[in-house]
Amino acid sequence: MNQEQKNLYRFLVGLADDSVVLSHRLSEWCSNGPYLEEDIALSNIALDYLGRARMFYQYAAQIEGKDRSEDDIAYSRNEREYTNLLIHELPINDFAFTMLRQFFVDVFYCQYLEQLCQSSDSTVAAIAAKSVKESRYHLKRSEPWIRQLSEGTDESRSRVLDAKTELESFVGELFLMPEWEKSLLESDIAVDRELIKPDWDQYVREFLTGSKIEFAGSELKISGGRNGVHTEFLGHMLSEMQFLQRAYPGLKW
Amino acid sequence: MSQVIPTLSPEFAKRRAYRNNSPFQNIWNILDKVFDPELPGLTIWDLGILQDIQLADELYTIVVTPTYSGCPAVDMINTDIKMELAKAGIDNVTVKVTLAPAWTTEMMSPAGKAHLKSINIAPPDENDKVICPNCDSENTKLISQFGSTACKSLYQCSDCSEVFDYFKHF
Repeated sequence: MNQEQKNLYRFLVGLADDSVVLSHRLSEWCSNGPYLEEDIALSNIALDYLGRARMFYQYAAQIEGKDRSEDDIAYSRNEREYTNLLIHELPINDFAFTMLRQFFVDVFYCQYLEQLCQSSDSTVAAIAAKSVKESRYHLKRSEPWIRQLSEGTDESRSRVLDAKTELESFVGELFLMPEWEKSLLESDIAVDRELIKPDWDQYVREFLTGSKIEFAGSELKISGGRNGVHTEFLGHMLSEMQFLQRAYPGLKW
Repeated sequence: MSQVIPTLSPEFAKRRAYRNNSPFQNIWNILDKVFDPELPGLTIWDLGILQDIQLADELYTIVVTPTYSGCPAVDMINTDIKMELAKAGIDNVTVKVTLAPAWTTEMMSPAGKAHLKSINIAPPDENDKVICPNCDSENTKLISQFGSTACKSLYQCSDCSEVFDYFKHF
């Protein structure tokens, strides 16, 4: 790999890690949803993110050219080698927390992937084009839920507010770019996350104001994910996610 | 009552013209026996995911585009394509999954939409006007944005009470 390919590889694996980690978290709701339809919806969204992760991993493996598969990359790296942004790995907590995180990332992916559709790398652009449609649909679902929970009972509102307090520390990292990602801006492969930040802030603030919820904005508070420095939660999650391949390496379905 | 004139979507018209001009009519016809495993009786041609057939160095490449990125049916459909062609004595086959052009419900054929209705699934509508497949009422309501698979959502008819899947416009 030349330097640009190395940068592209790291960029792709970061995006794939974001998706696979969030997918696994969402799948934890399977059979634990508040009611059947909601259970199915969360599992479906998990599946969309898994598909997105597969597309990015497959392309990363192709760029790497070492004959590794998507599974090799996903199942054989430890937490320090995972480069997902921290917001994706936080535990699911309660339903309000899960949905508020979905709302935050849905708005982000709708804006970010729309820009990424213009990538000069045709495969990246094609993956973004496929994924952005799914994120738009996800947002159609997370918005009414946040509205409903915020304006529902005192209990549901307080849970949304608690979730907001927790998540506010992690949203800033969505707009952080490591140097390898920045270097891909010159060739128009990546898109500038900084430029999305004002739109994201405005969208989220306007929406939450509609339910009389104040939102401080996406100021950067906690970061580290892209450099493999994670919260205490990721290691536990990976030990479960990777168990089968760790115990029986190379096992096939 | 105003008469509804069925129109072809530009995307489907383009696919149909491409198929009609393709030199591999026999292969297209064999693949009309490959169905989506989750949508009984709906062929991959009618669903709109069968995109192209190419021949190079004695090897047929069948090009399909997935409906949803995480759709678990893709692997099974690939296997079914190879099996159906093998039955016709064609073994030199590879299946290529492509992301561009991205699949949309506009690629679905009119026959495919009619078939969906016949198996009690409301076909995709560009304005998301969901009509009950049981009694044709437009008085329907959303129960859940996701149904039994990623491509469907769950609706109920307020007139006949039928609960049914709607194939999301995408």
